[in-house]
Amino acid sequence: MSAQPLVEIRDVNFTYDTRAILKGINMDFHRGKVIAIMGGSGCGKTTLFRLIGGALKPSRGEVRINGQVIHELDEKGLYAMRRKMGVLFQFGALFTDLSVYDNVAFQMRELTDLPESMIRDLVTMKLHAVGLRGTENLMPNQLSGGMARRVALARTIALDPMLILYDEPFTGLDPISLTMIGDSIRRLNNALGATSVLVTHDVQESLKIVDYIYFIADGVIAAEGTPEEIMATDKPFVHQFVHGLGDGPVPFHFPASSSYAEDLGVRA
Amino acid sequence: MPVARTIRNLGHRTVEAVWRIGYASRFFAMILLHSGTSFRRFQLTIKEVYFTGVMSLVIILVAGLFVGVVLGLQGYETLKSYGSESSLGELVALSLVRELGPVLGALLFASRAGSAMTAEIGLMKATEQLAAMEMMSINPISRVIAPRFWSGVISMPILAAMFSVVGVFGGYLVGVVYIGVDNGSFWSQMQASVDFQHDVVNGVIKSFVFGIAVTAISLFEGYDAPPTAEGVSHATTRTVVESSLVILMLDVVLTAVMFRGV
Repeated sequence: MSAQPLVEIRDVNFTYDTRAILKGINMDFHRGKVIAIMGGSGCGKTTLFRLIGGALKPSRGEVRINGQVIHELDEKGLYAMRRKMGVLFQFGALFTDLSVYDNVAFQMRELTDLPESMIRDLVTMKLHAVGLRGTENLMPNQLSGGMARRVALARTIALDPMLILYDEPFTGLDPISLTMIGDSIRRLNNALGATSVLVTHDVQESLKIVDYIYFIADGVIAAEGTPEEIMATDKPFVHQFVHGLGDGPVPFHFPASSSYAEDLGVRA
Repeated sequence: MPVARTIRNLGHRTVEAVWRIGYASRFFAMILLHSGTSFRRFQLTIKEVYFTGVMSLVIILVAGLFVGVVLGLQGYETLKSYGSESSLGELVALSLVRELGPVLGALLFASRAGSAMTAEIGLMKATEQLAAMEMMSINPISRVIAPRFWSGVISMPILAAMFSVVGVFGGYLVGVVYIGVDNGSFWSQMQASVDFQHDVVNGVIKSFVFGIAVTAISLFEGYDAPPTAEGVSHATTRTVVESSLVILMLDVVLTAVMFRGV
């Protein structure tokens, strides 16, 4: 691993109203790696994702990207930083009024002075990289869920970002699309020499492609390690999560204030 | 304590309302601040003029024609009792240019284009398209919101003028062609009584102000809509209700200032 991580998260706390969502998170994302942040629904994964993207400001602590503290950047600085980032949203977030071609070309047209002929070549290359060359003229509503996610991936890598963030990239996909997206994430990360961060709860798909995993539970890091270490762990929460068990430290029942017998009006 | 609860609720609602007005004002200021792109890349605004203005043409023209026809029929009946049928042209033109063109045009514009704008922006937000743009270092206010705002401001006076023109034609059809009012007096009375500065320009100013109000409300409601189907649906309803009330309220104020010199 190289000495200076691309992303350093130091003692990050985030409180919404009075509820503590993240409590003293520390993470390092090293260059060239694919990292997964996992945890159950509502554990603070998405909040962390938004903190890395600069959409939220931590209550305490800091997120550094390439040595710069994200929440200390002004609007111009933040936009300059985001030009080096790519974000794949959960359902792709393709611009529905633009064709596949225009979606992928969007950032190139808006942020660069590249001539249209070069943009055409770049869009063709990006679409080829996700296996969708030939779909240029289709509209987003003509694409399947998996195809839309791949077009969004092509758009995400349009300007060759150094950091790619994926918000639940595997949600709602069929098994074939799942594998295609997973393979593309790994392959594109290697090809671009980028760093990829996946916020996900899809254990099996993620274990195949990531280098390192962080587990978040109740706002703290419950476990971390390589896929092999995670698979072999004996921590009850991680074991339950990885193997998808119904029984374990995460209970099936919501902690109701009264007992079941009391609610039914019978003696226990 | 019901009294305490009522006071608490009232306070909560007041704070919410003040906060919302502040948020809306800030949103409006951001639109103005980030309007450069709408003029530098004018094709973005022109594209939106097509959706907001050109696509509203049918409803505006058809409604304008019907309103003109009704004005002709009703006006003739009233004027006849005073023996002033020849003033029908004046009545139709002044009613349309001063009031009905700008006001009805704006009400129709709010229902047709304003609600569509709210739904579009609300859905763009719900499907994270605006967030995606922001993460691409592209300001959505500058790229998406401001061109739509200026398209509304440009379209509204043109649509109101077309409403009035078609309305006058409707009045002509029913008054001159159908009822048989003298053609010459219909047009000459209109020409003599409609003052360009006092009537036409003031009508255009009204529709310009309504255009700003309707478009700003529509965009704000869409931008502020909760990202759910229910949220977008409520926002669309609010756009039509708020726009209609604001148009009528502004009309009272503007009419008082323009024609009574209040």
